[in-house]
Amino acid sequence: MTLRATVAELVREFRASGRIVIVGASLAGLRAAETLREEGFTGSLTVIGDEAYEPYDRPPLSKQVLKGWVPADHTKLPRMREVDADWRLGVAAVGLDRVTKQVSLADGEQVPYDRLLIATGTRARQWPNPAEAALHGVHTIRSRDDAEQLQKALAEPPSRVLVVGAGFIGSEVASVCRELDIPVTVVERGSAPLVGALGGVIGEIAAQMQRDHGVDLRCGLGVSSLEGDSEGHVRRARLSDGTTVDADVVVASLGSIRNVEWLEGSGLAAGFWGVGCDAGGRAFDINGVVTDSIYVAGDVARAPHVLYEYQFLAMEHWDNAVFGAEVAAHNMVNLEPHYRPHLLLPGFWSGQFGVNIKSVGVPPFGDEIVFTQGSVEERRFAAAYGHRGRIVAAVTFDHGKWLEYYGKLIEQSGSFPPPPPGWDQPPDMKPMPAEFPDPRVPTGIPDVVLTGHAPSERTAEFRPRRH
Amino acid sequence: MAEETPWQQALRYANRANPYPFYEELRKTPVARQPDGTYVVSTYREIVTLLHDPRVSSDPRKCPAPAATPAEGAADAEAEPITEAVISLEPNIITQDPPEHDRDRRTMMPHFVGPPRSPHLISDLEPEIHRIVAGLLDGMKGKNRIDAVDDFAYPLPVTVICKVLGVPLEDEPRFHHWIEAALDALDFGPEAASEEIRSRLAGGRRAVQDFGQFAADLLDRYADQPGPGMLSAMVNEDGTEGRMSKGVLASNALLLIFAGHETTVNLIAHSVLTLLRHREALEELRRRPELIVPAVEELLRFESSVQFWHTRSALEDIDIAGTTIPKGAPIFLAYGSANRDPERFTDPDRLDLERRHNEHLGFSQGIHFCFGAPLARLEVQIAVGEFVRRVQNPRLVEDPPPYRHNQIFRGPRHVLVDIDGIRD
Ligand SMILES: Cc1cc2nc3c(=O)[nH]c(=O)nc-3n(C[C@H](O)[C@H](O)[C@H](O)COP(=O)(O)OP(=O)(O)OC[C@H]3O[C@@H](n4cnc5c(N)ncnc54)[C@H](O)[C@@H]3O)c2cc1C
Repeated sequence: MTLRATVAELVREFRASGRIVIVGASLAGLRAAETLREEGFTGSLTVIGDEAYEPYDRPPLSKQVLKGWVPADHTKLPRMREVDADWRLGVAAVGLDRVTKQVSLADGEQVPYDRLLIATGTRARQWPNPAEAALHGVHTIRSRDDAEQLQKALAEPPSRVLVVGAGFIGSEVASVCRELDIPVTVVERGSAPLVGALGGVIGEIAAQMQRDHGVDLRCGLGVSSLEGDSEGHVRRARLSDGTTVDADVVVASLGSIRNVEWLEGSGLAAGFWGVGCDAGGRAFDINGVVTDSIYVAGDVARAPHVLYEYQFLAMEHWDNAVFGAEVAAHNMVNLEPHYRPHLLLPGFWSGQFGVNIKSVGVPPFGDEIVFTQGSVEERRFAAAYGHRGRIVAAVTFDHGKWLEYYGKLIEQSGSFPPPPPGWDQPPDMKPMPAEFPDPRVPTGIPDVVLTGHAPSERTAEFRPRRH
Repeated sequence: MAEETPWQQALRYANRANPYPFYEELRKTPVARQPDGTYVVSTYREIVTLLHDPRVSSDPRKCPAPAATPAEGAADAEAEPITEAVISLEPNIITQDPPEHDRDRRTMMPHFVGPPRSPHLISDLEPEIHRIVAGLLDGMKGKNRIDAVDDFAYPLPVTVICKVLGVPLEDEPRFHHWIEAALDALDFGPEAASEEIRSRLAGGRRAVQDFGQFAADLLDRYADQPGPGMLSAMVNEDGTEGRMSKGVLASNALLLIFAGHETTVNLIAHSVLTLLRHREALEELRRRPELIVPAVEELLRFESSVQFWHTRSALEDIDIAGTTIPKGAPIFLAYGSANRDPERFTDPDRLDLERRHNEHLGFSQGIHFCFGAPLARLEVQIAVGEFVRRVQNPRLVEDPPPYRHNQIFRGPRHVLVDIDGIRD
């Protein structure tokens, strides 16, 4: 048999009877499982998830669920097709042995794989002081249970909610509170809400929007401590300027932590910003060498992106989880040259204060911004971000139908500022600084991060030169 | 005489039943300049791009389309009467650009599908639609031959749209006549110059004016005395951004009455026709009625109700697919062709009721996405689903059937079907 025929035979055999394990039973995990079957993989498929629930959708948790419109257990993700997998739900993966190709589970079991997909996502960053975090009424929001508890707390209703951190999720929670007519204070260390993701110009608009809806917004401040009553229920927060806020529900929306601890010792390039991989979802080891059998997708992945100077991007976006999973799954059961790249233009949406906010591209990659359509005053507009004369991102407030246009311009590295629209031009179309905070300043919560490695993390093995 | 372009050929009445071979030819030049200066866009990707391009206008006042312009020399005053008549009406959401378009659409939306005012309007119509469809099918009992257009496709949407809008059903014959007269006189092809079409022009123009007057009178009546339906609500209730002017309201009312049934009639008629031509698909749908949702999407793709749209124009030079559409040029977006574009749809001439990723342009895309789509979908799903379920052994009598004249709202005039009976 020729080499090519042998390889083809191996691929066929793997597709027919190989073993694939997916760790992380949520959006990326489910979509990958479906794609594997779609691609004709008939071997054994095991999906491991530490949550006891079948895959569910997170975006509604901070929106419809909190409002009480949709019960938290009605968020199950729709199935695109049968997957016929062995679901191990409610048990965490705790280790990975790449030599014996086994995933170890918290219950002691070892699950062997031929190919592995890592889709463990992120978790909410908890309130840093454990004693304060344990107070009743202190919430984070990432899971179904979190949302259910917070929804119950909001239904009471509380006398005041304190939201710490005005990223997307914090802002959405604040918006829900106002919709439910609950007094709410938002404390944000940065200069404005959403400033990490969209910059100061848009942040200022978001701030005004919050204030118009009666949010007590305090920027440039931190929360230094939380105080409880004798029953262990949170009652008050002390801010960094010495003032206090009385609140009986506190929502810590401090961003997320990537679920990579279980990969410790595996020799994969896993760290603070996630698991490094190539644009095809193939994981890197600590030396930056691509692995053959391990793939990554979703919030936990970070991969280089051609449009952004090959910087590694980590994206906490729904679309990224879906497309990343589809690409990784495709590549898991195919060979070069049939690999596909995950070249998604990052995209995000959020609903708050009656406005639909959407973005495409990587706004923090830009340093300038220009309003291109609509009216800032009416909070219906499109704006483009530029970097060195190229358009790199766009954001819309209630103008989402135009994003496709900006997406095309970004894909083609179109010029910045972009050509003016034919109508509905904003009065001022001059580019201005987008005002992103210095990335080292702890601020809001980046949803897309450019993740060069930190030089202090010396994780690569250097070998002596041999001649 | 110069040879006709594929677009001109596609528009000839003789090719109404099957324009697809001409579309295929047309797609070889995704953006094709026509002799009259119109740019016809026929490929999926390019159409979607332009639908999202803010340099493209939908307002015919900014660039009147050379609609119905016959061959050189014949461009006399009579040549553009319908367009002129339509333009003489106030703008409506289909002929407006933002911000006016956005504002008026936002004002209308809550009366139709928008929460919080009427989130259930459409789903609440379901029993009514079922009742109408059942009545129509019951009425066919005892017949051996039916006309799927007159007996089935036509009555349903008309009854529904009258109810939704609050238009007296007794007025139906009048506006039906106006719509027919206008459409029969509106021709975008080489035949616009023919004696026959020209003789219809005056009638078409008058029909548009009468129809506009009818809508205005109806609104006046509701202003005096509020009644049921969306039109009365729009006249009498302030939205978040106030009320639309009377003229704009009347123009939108006309648009809704027209679009609310014209396209749906053709869609139901084409769905029946297509399924009768594809017996396997028909049988599959009978066996698996749950397929009706994707099936209707596929039928929308396969025989788009709106074949193209003609009131867009370039407000700047636009580079696309190797062509520059110059500022001021009219742009025709050929949805019917895009929906058969093999670059977008695998095996596009095959009817696949379970087609995946079927983002057809049957309702367009972007800010002008069909306002009535949710209602049309529901009507067609119920009508076609019930037809398939209840009609016994339907057979097409004549293929292709006779077509209506207009090219945009392409559809069969009659679809005669022999049947063995009607199940309960
Ligand atoms: C409240 C909220 C609102 C959001 N709103 C939006 C929005 O509006 N728009 C948008 O684009 N995105 C939004 N997102 C982001 C979006 O939900 C995520 O991008 C998406 O869920 C990522 O999917 P994933 O599968 O990569 O990760 P996750 O959904 O985080 O799934 C990872 C899964 O792996 C499990 N897991 C972790 N470690 C282990 C282990 N060791 N063993 C086994 N299982 C493990 C986790 O418990 C989890 O179930 C929102 C997120 C949240 C939390």
